[in-house]
Amino acid sequence: MMSKPVLPRRTMIEAIREAMDVMMERDDKVVVFGQDVGFFGGVFRCTEGLQRKYGEARCFDTPISETGIVGVAVGMGAYGLRPVAEIQFADYVYPAYDQIVSEAARLRFRSAGDYTAPMVIRMPCGGGIFGAQTHSQSPEALFTHVAGLQTIIPSNPYDAKGLLISAIENDDPVIFLEPKRLYNGPFNGHYDQPVVPWSKHALSETPEGYYSVPIGKAAIRRKGSAVTVLAYGTMVHVAEAAVTETGIDAEVIDLRSLVPLDIETITASVAKTGRCVIVHEATRLSGFGTQLAAEVQERCFYQLEAPILRVTGWDTPYPHAHEWDYFPGPERVGRALMQVMEA
Amino acid sequence: MSYPPLSLHMPRTMRGESVPPPNPHLRFAGAGEMRRPPVDSDPYDMHDLAYNLVRVLDDDGEAKGEWVPDLTAEQLRHGLRSMLKTRAYDRRMMRMQRQGQTSFYMQCTGEEAIACAFQMVMQKGDMNFPTYRQQGLLIAQGFPLTDMICQVLSNEKDHLKGRQLPVMYSAPEAGFFSISGNLGTQFVQAVGWAMASAMRGDTKIAAGWIGDGSTAESDFHAALVFASVYRPPVVLNIVNNQWAISSPQSVAGGENISFASRAHGFAIPSLRVDGNDYLAVYAAASWAAERARRNLGPTLIEWVTYRVAPHSTSDDPSKYRPKEEELNWPLGDPVERLKQHLIRKGEWSEERNVQLLAGIDAEINDAAREALKYGTLHEGPKASPATMFEDVYKDMPQHLREQRQQMGY
Repeated sequence: MMSKPVLPRRTMIEAIREAMDVMMERDDKVVVFGQDVGFFGGVFRCTEGLQRKYGEARCFDTPISETGIVGVAVGMGAYGLRPVAEIQFADYVYPAYDQIVSEAARLRFRSAGDYTAPMVIRMPCGGGIFGAQTHSQSPEALFTHVAGLQTIIPSNPYDAKGLLISAIENDDPVIFLEPKRLYNGPFNGHYDQPVVPWSKHALSETPEGYYSVPIGKAAIRRKGSAVTVLAYGTMVHVAEAAVTETGIDAEVIDLRSLVPLDIETITASVAKTGRCVIVHEATRLSGFGTQLAAEVQERCFYQLEAPILRVTGWDTPYPHAHEWDYFPGPERVGRALMQVMEA
Repeated sequence: MSYPPLSLHMPRTMRGESVPPPNPHLRFAGAGEMRRPPVDSDPYDMHDLAYNLVRVLDDDGEAKGEWVPDLTAEQLRHGLRSMLKTRAYDRRMMRMQRQGQTSFYMQCTGEEAIACAFQMVMQKGDMNFPTYRQQGLLIAQGFPLTDMICQVLSNEKDHLKGRQLPVMYSAPEAGFFSISGNLGTQFVQAVGWAMASAMRGDTKIAAGWIGDGSTAESDFHAALVFASVYRPPVVLNIVNNQWAISSPQSVAGGENISFASRAHGFAIPSLRVDGNDYLAVYAAASWAAERARRNLGPTLIEWVTYRVAPHSTSDDPSKYRPKEEELNWPLGDPVERLKQHLIRKGEWSEERNVQLLAGIDAEINDAAREALKYGTLHEGPKASPATMFEDVYKDMPQHLREQRQQMGY
């Protein structure tokens, strides 16, 4: 009997770096740039070694100008390159918002396909790291609302590599959000417990070389029949912990791709369970959970046994000292699970 | 010690004054006075050129000085034809808008020389990143007028399928990037395109375009800093037509300084050029394009001109600037100046000009008649509404397929 081949275990950081390495090797039109991305290898080490391997014309540092970074990426994409631009923190993407919304997202449509923006904008996002107001935000709803953008957020090294490869191959602009709390290990919201490294987690096994994870396909992380939990990013791990701790037989769905959304997987699950809890770190008002709740309500109304609940960040700027009062941890998610089961 | 109360400076508006205002720091040299530095000049050695004005044609239509370009009479006549055609096209599109055949139009009256002459230094494969007021780039290279009119009319043959506001053309085969309504964005994209050309070891160059008002946008500054850092083959054009809708260029920061001089803080060479002088435009554009092609880096050019027409068909300049201000504009009319030059050279005449105008009118009438066959904004055929769901993404995602079905397609 053949033993299962042992795959290399990678952290999110290594998986993301590997994805760029693989694509730079395969396609010489792939270029990587951003603040401190070149010589230094990125403030999170995600691009370490790429400049040494591919040269300065393929991986380089940029001035501190988000609109410049994204603006030149749009120009490079129009020329025929495949830029992978990094915004150091998602919290700093706002100066580039015009280039993202008005240009990258609209270019194919407004030019009837004359010009396209085959680019990826990577940005570390999310809280749980005492990053406070400008190192913790989850701005995904600002992108999911924009026609022409695809928005992706992985929750583990296997997906991070496969999805980033898909994003780089994609011919449309992709917002690639990387939960920085997950860079070095999974995090279930139990901040008082020791950090577990990725090497202990099954999804840190990532094949060498090229493979892809399709954009627009959710993953069921835990099969269950009592309630559907829709989550993404760090909240996938929080939801899994909450399910274990409450003992409720929940089905945990990791959306992975917010736009396009895997509506089949969501509706099939809610049709089965009749209950739905949505979990995200981002603030609540007009957050992506609002969209998810509306989709489930419209498509699964007659199967629903209880109101759809959302567990989200509060509608405040992300605080520093009150990190764990703000962050939607397993206890809050667990309460919502119990509440939805009581209905 | 006490100080008097502070007060905020409001730029001189120029309302009721003749333009440009007297400014000791900004000079209008006479034709031929400015030197033509070598294209590999150190930017530090040419600061003077950002505060004066490169001019070739004098008041009598004579070409003077080091900047006289090497243009044949046929090339000059082509320039005159391009400018006249651009002006006639604008007039005709204005009429179509007034007749309700489209919703909107923007003329470039008075600014024809800049785009028409600039296009002559671009080569196949190069890319312009224009604003909405560089239609001359298309017309000077003989781009089909019918195609342009169909876009303005949003009709069945509109290449952009009725998605875009009139004048927001897109023409990759003409090296003309898709126009966006968002100001300044294309300036930094031009830098990125040029960076890509250099990164790939290509030989193509890019040209970015922006108006005086939009230089205040952050993308203007981002473009300059990226151009400064990576020195890509890009020509960065500022068309200073003195007006941003109702705001004079002083409100954009031009009260006491030229826009060309903005380049100095970035160690980018810059030129300030008479934008109504076809020969000066061609010469300066050639200089900058040559710099770019020789991998010597970017150039910033301020083209000094005047927006003779209203900002758009939705604008009424009599509400904010003196009537007939354009008649007092010291740099005159680019068409008349080139015509005078050609006549002076014995290469043109009033009779030939009348014939040319008649030919242009006929050409535009034919193109308009042809375009009108395919409908107008409000009448006749247009792209199916189902096409509005296409090209949002390369492949139509499920939510768009569902919405298209909801609309009945």
